[in-house]
Amino acid sequence: MASKPPSRDSAPGRKSITAAPVLDADAQKRADFAKAASKQYGRGEQIRTKSVRDKKLRSNLKALEAKNQEAAFQAKQAEILLDNEAGLLETEHELEKTYRVRQDEIQQEVSIETAKKRFELKLDMGPYDVGEYTRNGRDLLLASRKGHLACLDWRDGKLGCELQLNETIRDAKWLHNNQSFAVAQKKCVYIYARDGVEIHQLKKHQEATHLEFLPYHFLLASISTAGMIRYTDTSTGQMLQELPTKLGPPTSFCQNPHNAVLFAGHQKGLVTLWSPNTSTPLVKLLPHHGPVRAMAVDKSGTYMVSASQDRKLSIWDIRMFKELHSHHLKQPAHTISISDRNVTAVGWGSNLSIYRPDIFSLTPDSDVRVPAPYMNWGGDGVGISRLRFCPFEDALGISHAKGFSSIIVPGSGEPNPDSLEPGTNPFESSKQRQESEVHALLEKLQPEMISLDPNFVGNLDLASEEQRKRERDLDAKPDDKIAKLKNKQRGRSSALKKYLRKSGQKNVVTEEKVRAREALEAQRAKVKDRFEKEKEAFGPALGRFARKA
Amino acid sequence: MKIKALSRSGASAQAPGSNVAKLTRNLDPKQHPFERAREYTRALNATKLERMFAAPFLGDFQPGHVDGVYSFAKDPESLDHFASGSGDGIVKVWNMTSREEKWQSQAHQNIVKGMCWTRDKKLLTCGSDQKIQMFEPYTTPSRSPPTATWHGGAFTSVSHHRNLPSFAAASDKVSIYDISRTSGAPVQTLQWPSAIDTISALAWNQTETSIIATAATDRAVILYDLRTNSPLTRTVLHLATNSIAWNPMEPFNFALGNEDHNVYGFDMRNMKRALNVYKGHVAAVMSVEFSPTGEKLVSGSYDRSVRLWDRQKGHSEDIYHTKRMQRVFSVAWSADNNYVLSGSDDGNVRLWRAKASARQGVKSAALRQKLQYDDALKERYKHMPEIKRIARHRHVPQQVKKAGEIKNEEIKAMKRKEENERRHSKKGDVRRQAEREKMILAREQ
Repeated sequence: MASKPPSRDSAPGRKSITAAPVLDADAQKRADFAKAASKQYGRGEQIRTKSVRDKKLRSNLKALEAKNQEAAFQAKQAEILLDNEAGLLETEHELEKTYRVRQDEIQQEVSIETAKKRFELKLDMGPYDVGEYTRNGRDLLLASRKGHLACLDWRDGKLGCELQLNETIRDAKWLHNNQSFAVAQKKCVYIYARDGVEIHQLKKHQEATHLEFLPYHFLLASISTAGMIRYTDTSTGQMLQELPTKLGPPTSFCQNPHNAVLFAGHQKGLVTLWSPNTSTPLVKLLPHHGPVRAMAVDKSGTYMVSASQDRKLSIWDIRMFKELHSHHLKQPAHTISISDRNVTAVGWGSNLSIYRPDIFSLTPDSDVRVPAPYMNWGGDGVGISRLRFCPFEDALGISHAKGFSSIIVPGSGEPNPDSLEPGTNPFESSKQRQESEVHALLEKLQPEMISLDPNFVGNLDLASEEQRKRERDLDAKPDDKIAKLKNKQRGRSSALKKYLRKSGQKNVVTEEKVRAREALEAQRAKVKDRFEKEKEAFGPALGRFARKA
Repeated sequence: MKIKALSRSGASAQAPGSNVAKLTRNLDPKQHPFERAREYTRALNATKLERMFAAPFLGDFQPGHVDGVYSFAKDPESLDHFASGSGDGIVKVWNMTSREEKWQSQAHQNIVKGMCWTRDKKLLTCGSDQKIQMFEPYTTPSRSPPTATWHGGAFTSVSHHRNLPSFAAASDKVSIYDISRTSGAPVQTLQWPSAIDTISALAWNQTETSIIATAATDRAVILYDLRTNSPLTRTVLHLATNSIAWNPMEPFNFALGNEDHNVYGFDMRNMKRALNVYKGHVAAVMSVEFSPTGEKLVSGSYDRSVRLWDRQKGHSEDIYHTKRMQRVFSVAWSADNNYVLSGSDDGNVRLWRAKASARQGVKSAALRQKLQYDDALKERYKHMPEIKRIARHRHVPQQVKKAGEIKNEEIKAMKRKEENERRHSKKGDVRRQAEREKMILAREQ
């Protein structure tokens, strides 16, 4: 392996005392490569094997560590097999600005095949609120507020289905592949097949305003006008959980693709994080003061971008739950999307600003007030209602009042898809799709595995056996608080007195309080008794030296 | 202005004219979310599948013996032949692949006590009728008379040298016979000076060929060295040993199947303590054998079950049983490491898989890779409670389970008593004894 230290050149039998081994240029290069490899492909921190006492464990860990390093090294080396390189938009001198580049200029520069990815769909069925891509970026789902619904293979221009539902559509989402999608209609959520046939009616998902689908858990989540989050397992059809947010009608909803935690934005500027395992939010954030209009989380689950009615755009690190940066837009943003390569698009009014990934490297200390956008679009008075980056393509889908536009955003798409990752192969054949569907179902994750740290699965539970036994033992006597306090006499104010003082309302009589009071009385009597006795023993002259307490 | 955008053609995924789609990989961890949880789920599925496919029993050998099967001998020169001897003196040679009888003969008047194959593919049997017979099952028809006979002493066990034409027979002493000499008298006899009891088991070390181990009814295990023509050590255990097996890969290690329900692994260089104690049977262990790789052990017990062990672990990996199988008196591990044989009191010889969920058919490369991947996953997540529970789950016959519970209770009571004794005596008077040294009663050099 390359990280191996260079052979010792001092004479054998003599201990070398040189501090750092001198590396030649080649070895330095290899060491750097290994370091980069473990940074990019390694799994967390290395285990310090030297401090492990157990011999067998140490050798096992050492072997494991070596294996991990080797795996990371080989993964890094395998990078030369990647087919494609990401797109780019670069200035050649200082006077050029990338945000001045117009779409037709880009269209002229790129290949014919790519130029076709910029198109407009002029539809007159009212504001189009939904434009969603499948996870492999191949199919597009369009829905208008007035009930027009269409799904299509957008590159080939093949229409899957086109429906007029004659009912309000609030949201729509693809399920795990391009064969079915869920639509939040006026009353409840429906699931349609690709050819437009209604498969299911989810009656319990009432008045859903937003939908999210967790592809690895096969969970469809909705949030309703009443602020109720509901989960349904789409592989079994079972309703999993209903969680009341108790914060009124939601204003936005999104998922963290890294750990499948749902983010709900509320009227008060609050963002709550939800998993189906707890009835209370995992975390409550307060990034804004007005209604949170839009949110998006990046693919690695590190950053959240949110926007509110008071025009603020705020960038958060959701590992530490700290704000990295915020600034005000000219108008409140209504939609945000973050691409696979962390390019962020923010739609405000009829405008659209796209930011480079380096907005995530901003900190509260950095002197950038308002980051310069990477690209701009729009401004023609047509309200933008939803932005979605197309996975594995340099395209951004914009749903707006007059239909749907697709524009080219160089450098936004992940260039190299993994064809063995279920659901993310843009070139999959129907056979492959069927196969990957079966595999994905076999390794469906249980809802219990959703937590803020998705890697907690497989970790050892370090609670001691004793503690676990205590938890298991239902017959055990509950420990007597008063008895414990009785024996505890430390300081001037006794523990019992303190307990009586701190145990809430004075006018509520509980058994415990009565017992505590009795114990306190008894204690006082005992002390008094002892004092009397001591006084007696000391006699009349010395009686005043008896201890009072 | 430099402008470049992604451009992937359909041809990059599948070459025009071909029907093979190209598989592209991207190992970036960001592309594979929930890695841990998905691996765990796969490991759980693999463990479940392993238990679903666990069908260890393959079949029995037809027609079986009329009386119980009390001895086995694998032919070291042939992968698919072995011999079994029964209580009525009949010896049968079986073909493993067809599971049919190849040859049989009435070898003795009474129970066949021990058997072994010579290197020139002849079969040596000894019985309680004080004879050792030699047969040629491959060249003579069934029921043919023996080609040679040795008399003298009530023989209980025979074992052949790895390459020389000589064999050891056990009665109240160990006698070494030379097959090439027909005089009938042993060329060498070995005996512990003070021992007079019958030797019940004997095993000739097949790697370190001058060492012989015996177990006698006086509970002693004795090691002999042929080079010095003398016994090496005598170790008396608490209860008698029924069976001895040498590790084929580590010539100094051997296993003892003991009356006290345990199998003991010993190092002949250090008889002070056992290498390992294999606990699990609830009745006397009648027979024990190592796998050809020396990594695994199989034992047959009086509790009507066969257990498989890892050499380095104390608990059994698997337990095999059927409703009809009676007390198991002989076990063997096939030379290709894939099968286990058991011979029991009901007269049947049974064939089992050495790994209950493994299948022997030809596998595609993809399937092999999948199985290897599954094995790695199972190994990685074996400590998870759910996976551990599923992997450990076995159906155990009710009698065995009940007996095990009773035994546990008894052992606990004994331990409690010992602890009480210790608590009520002077500090240091009653010492705790290591589990691996407990069964050793006395040692003589």
